[in-house]
Amino acid sequence: MALHLDVKRSKNVLVARLDGELDHHTAAHVRKVIEEELNHEWVTHLVLNLEKLEFMDSSGLGVILGRYKRVTQMGGKMTICSVQPPIERIMEMSGLFKILQMFQDESSAVSACGVAS
Amino acid sequence: MKPVHTNFMELCFNARSENESFARVAVAAFLSQLDPTIEDLTDIKTVVSEAVTNSVIHGYEENPEGVILIRTEIEGTKICVQITDYGLGIEDVTEARQPLYTSKPELERSGMGFTIMENFMDEVMIHSKLGEGTTIQLVKQLTPQSQQSLVN
Ligand SMILES: Nc1ncnc2c1ncn2[C@@H]1O[C@H](COP(=O)(O)OP(=O)(O)O)[C@@H](O)[C@H]1O
Ligand SMILES: [Mg+2]
Repeated sequence: MALHLDVKRSKNVLVARLDGELDHHTAAHVRKVIEEELNHEWVTHLVLNLEKLEFMDSSGLGVILGRYKRVTQMGGKMTICSVQPPIERIMEMSGLFKILQMFQDESSAVSACGVAS
Repeated sequence: MKPVHTNFMELCFNARSENESFARVAVAAFLSQLDPTIEDLTDIKTVVSEAVTNSVIHGYEENPEGVILIRTEIEGTKICVQITDYGLGIEDVTEARQPLYTSKPELERSGMGFTIMENFMDEVMIHSKLGEGTTIQLVKQLTPQSQQSLVN
């Protein structure tokens, strides 16, 4: 698998760190793992850390928007952090930042969720 | 005057999602002879990924027996990548090009594929016929490395 996914818990925030390449092929795995984690009772919010994400295309946008809808429906907040410039460009193009807040580092992204809860 | 450097390559493979990364890496490896900037290479990898993914998902509806063809041409510092499938074809190309338009929202598609291709490339041509298939032609004038260092 060209994508590695690491999930950890920080109080009621699920933090998912993506490492590698997010395309249509690897998107299925990311979706499945995060959806399973979101089923846990303790999870309210979601942070995606994209520091080690080296490649993403529009399939990645679909996965992010899908999780955003789920978390928002659960009454939670979703933020992203540490986005590489080429990926930020694609996100910008899609208007993703109109609904999703981006942070420089993981701790800011996590505390931004805490503030909202 | 020096003759313009020309070169081409062709690839043919099954419409399997694991070939999406193979396709973008193969095209990038072929173009490395032009010593492209990292930015140009990332743009090209992204658009190849978009077009091949579209053939897999929309052209063949994930039937892995489908065949995808890529032809990459170099003409001086201009490159042309052509991605062809023999799948379902596009009914309304104008609608398909609209930002955020997708015919498969249930698959969590974002509808941004063509918009990204148009933003990253100089020219995007779509030739499609219902029931026969689709060819996407992508053209880009690469930024010479020397010019890149002047800009920075
Ligand atoms: N190779 C193809 N064969 C058939 N239909 C296609 C093809 N490529 C694109 N399309 C159509 O164009 C639409 C827009 O494509 P795109 O912008 O990449 O968005 P998405 O892939 O997220 O749906 C698709 O939803 C599909 O209906
Ligand atoms: Mg697409």
